[in-house]
Amino acid sequence: MTTRSLPQHISKQFDQELEDLRAKVMTMGGLVEDLLGKSLDALDRSDSELAETVTSSDYKVNLMEVNIDEECTQVLARRQPAAGDLRLVLAVIKTISDLERIGDEIEKIGKMVVRLCEQNSPKSYYVSVIAMGQHVQKMLHDALDVFARMDSQKAVDVAAQDHKIDEEYSAILRQLITYMMEDPRSISNVLDVVWAVRALERIGDHANNICENVIYLVEGKDVRHTSIEDMRKEVFPD
Amino acid sequence: MNKQNELRTHAVDITSLRKNVVSDSDSMQNEKECLRVEDLNLFYGEKQALKNIDLVIPEKKVTAFIGPSGCGKSTLLRCFNRMNDLIDSVNIEGKILLHNDNIYDKGVNVAELRRHVGMVFQKPNPFPKSIYENVAYGLRLQGIKSRRRLDTVVEKSLKAAALWDEVKDRLDDNALGLSGGQQQRLVIARAIAIEPEVLLLDEPASALDPISTLKIEELIYELKEEYTIVIVTHNMQQAARVSDYTAFMYLGDVVEFGDTRSVFTNPEQKQTEDYITGRYG
Repeated sequence: MTTRSLPQHISKQFDQELEDLRAKVMTMGGLVEDLLGKSLDALDRSDSELAETVTSSDYKVNLMEVNIDEECTQVLARRQPAAGDLRLVLAVIKTISDLERIGDEIEKIGKMVVRLCEQNSPKSYYVSVIAMGQHVQKMLHDALDVFARMDSQKAVDVAAQDHKIDEEYSAILRQLITYMMEDPRSISNVLDVVWAVRALERIGDHANNICENVIYLVEGKDVRHTSIEDMRKEVFPD
Repeated sequence: MNKQNELRTHAVDITSLRKNVVSDSDSMQNEKECLRVEDLNLFYGEKQALKNIDLVIPEKKVTAFIGPSGCGKSTLLRCFNRMNDLIDSVNIEGKILLHNDNIYDKGVNVAELRRHVGMVFQKPNPFPKSIYENVAYGLRLQGIKSRRRLDTVVEKSLKAAALWDEVKDRLDDNALGLSGGQQQRLVIARAIAIEPEVLLLDEPASALDPISTLKIEELIYELKEEYTIVIVTHNMQQAARVSDYTAFMYLGDVVEFGDTRSVFTNPEQKQTEDYITGRYG
């Protein structure tokens, strides 16, 4: 079973509640994706105003997390879900917590863009960050897609992207260190860029977690803290 | 570098830890066998109610049978102490081994079998006698007359059934004056007074209020220290709460048998999943 499709519950109300949970996670994911896109645009165009909108929107993500959490609590208390339903609720709780953390990281990027604009940092410091940002954006998009489709096989492929992002992170870090060594006056500006790169790397980790949540939801297997190869073995047993 | 190594060892720890958890929960091999059902078929006249059942009930564990009405779970439970013998139209093929002895062998003394395999039903059925006499009944049948011996067993059984504190001052009162939950615990005390090995519980809490139900469940948890317990229940949450192993039955088949931890979080069969999550099959 790669994608999850089950017949309906005898209780239509219960179907509705679970469907509602999934839809809300997708809305929250959409919001987070949108904010990430805006923060990267702001960086690309040195658009301080756009960066401000990003930082001032994080509360919406937080609000959605609290809201969906409450709905999950209600489902657990009143429906006592089992098996796949239970795993869905647990995966939702974990996923929204990852999305909320991604929101926090995006807020950091937004703040960094505002500072870079104030200080007129040379663009050469952060060109590579934009490229990395696009990869992270793609990975987050794919992870949310995997969640929407409940596709555990694709989840493994998406999780594998995290490795590349980590490599990119190390490469950029090395580059930024050279800048700092060449010109110590750049340190404070470059450090801001370091935080942004770090934030992007963390977003990749959270996207990876979302993929693991989907594998747990679909396969019932906990693949956290395992290698991609082990993950693949769990999802494709043959 | 050191830090990385440290992290790596940590990751290995988590992996081995997880393997332990899995193998612990998957430990049917480590269980001692109490009852073994081999290729059991049961017919009510023409109609086949149990189909080629093969099953092992582990010793001193709680095994729950779940499934929709008419799936054969009560019928299977009643096979374990040959209660179905009382129904004329029933025809049984196959074996049930209690510690390797087939309880359906010709020479088996059914009364003796039921002394080893006790049963409690859905509706509490105390005898219209005193609380004391209800518990002492089985021993008196065995010809035990010593008052001191009876006193000891009655107290021990009522304590084991978590009823002693509530009734110790009125042992001579009629048992029918007890509440439903108390009556059910009294019946369990009566069943364990003769020290059976196996306790069969046929929906023991379905006629009780939630608090009495929890008391029975707590009691089941304590009784498995000494007895092998097989319980039939319509309440899936109850099966999830009290049992170590769960068998899901459907139309006379055991569709899935496994450790309760995995049956309720990640069942192998789609039919099981559909049933425990409340979906159409």
